[in-house]
Amino acid sequence: MNLSDKITVLGRKTNICLVTLGLFAQFFLTIIRRSSIVFKRPRLVVQQIHFIGNYSLIIIAVSGLFVGFVLGLQGYYTLNRYGSEDALGLLVALSLTRELGPVITALLFAGRAGTSLTAEIGLMKAGDQLTAMEVMAVDPIQRVLAPRFWGGVIAMPLLAAIFSMVGIIGGWIVGVALIGIDTGVFWSQMQSGVDVWKDVVNGVIKSFIFGITVSLIALFTGWRAKPTPEGVARATTLTVVAASLAVLGLDFLLTALMFSN
Amino acid sequence: MSNEKTDWWVGFFVLLGLVALSFLALKAGNLNALSFAPTYSVTAKFDNIGGLKVRAPVKSAGVVVGRVSRIDLDNKTFQAIVSLDIQQGVNFPVDSSAKILTSGLLGEQYIGLEPGGEDINLQAGSTIRYTQSAIVLESLISQFLYSSADKQGSQNPTPNTGIKGER
Repeated sequence: MNLSDKITVLGRKTNICLVTLGLFAQFFLTIIRRSSIVFKRPRLVVQQIHFIGNYSLIIIAVSGLFVGFVLGLQGYYTLNRYGSEDALGLLVALSLTRELGPVITALLFAGRAGTSLTAEIGLMKAGDQLTAMEVMAVDPIQRVLAPRFWGGVIAMPLLAAIFSMVGIIGGWIVGVALIGIDTGVFWSQMQSGVDVWKDVVNGVIKSFIFGITVSLIALFTGWRAKPTPEGVARATTLTVVAASLAVLGLDFLLTALMFSN
Repeated sequence: MSNEKTDWWVGFFVLLGLVALSFLALKAGNLNALSFAPTYSVTAKFDNIGGLKVRAPVKSAGVVVGRVSRIDLDNKTFQAIVSLDIQQGVNFPVDSSAKILTSGLLGEQYIGLEPGGEDINLQAGSTIRYTQSAIVLESLISQFLYSSADKQGSQNPTPNTGIKGER
């Protein structure tokens, strides 16, 4: 292969990247535009919140608890070296509300709910169910995709908040119940250091944006999957990879924007 | 699963999420700490505020009575203008003094208010006249070094007598 062919290949790849990005943005706008069904038939969204949120509850709560345990232990070992183990509550709460809560929840959400969304849409497509809907004059974007999107967007911030709460309780269990830091100091240090607007609300905004990102990527890859078993498998893998990378990259951007000063 | 059962579980999930959010806001955060209590604003000018930050607490006798709302530089006198939001209902005489203090050796800096003896109280928008700047560790150390060097110089008025002064 000579140089000019290589340049052609590079150009084609760039083209595919740009087209996919454009389709993704178009997909997002289409879903938003056809979201009126959320108010017309809220039951569809409720069902999706049940499917996405409730079924992810256990894994989110258990992971949150263990992340809280580990934060409590590791934080105590490090802070103890400087004689400031009183600040353990602050450390646990800040790291959970600002970063770990939204990010780990989004990663678990991509693995737990995102994959099932992709597989579901992909199999619907493989089984020609979406085409059948179109034949029956039912808009599949409105009927299938929009409720799932909004279900994910609503469920994600709630899951992240639950994760942070359970994590703080986990940190409390290790720090206060097992190691023996004073419980009043634990909470008062936390309350003096955690700002509701700067830390908690920014964390919720983050998880909201991650919810949009992960749900959208999951639906998009399912929507664009090749209608074969292999294509669905590929799309499911792509969901996890792309959503995780997007979450981590976006997290850096959001952190730089939100906590810059 | 029947619709009613689904609704119940979704309601439970949303409720749990809202409980978690309020837990983060109230128990972990400082929403209950006078965020919504009405305040009045007074200003104070300092030569040097050290590491004072916006939202730092204002304390009187160790009790938090307000927060620093903004910090500006007066471009004429080159002093820092610090605005303090003090809780409504907590009144200080006009000749009260404000100091920038540090909690602990390396802790956060806060403003300590010491009440004066006047009968008139500070109003919204008034200025605290008596202020004491933050202690900057570097200038403190250099002052100490200079003064000790000074002392040594005065103790040995004739150092060039052939014998070096004992150290």
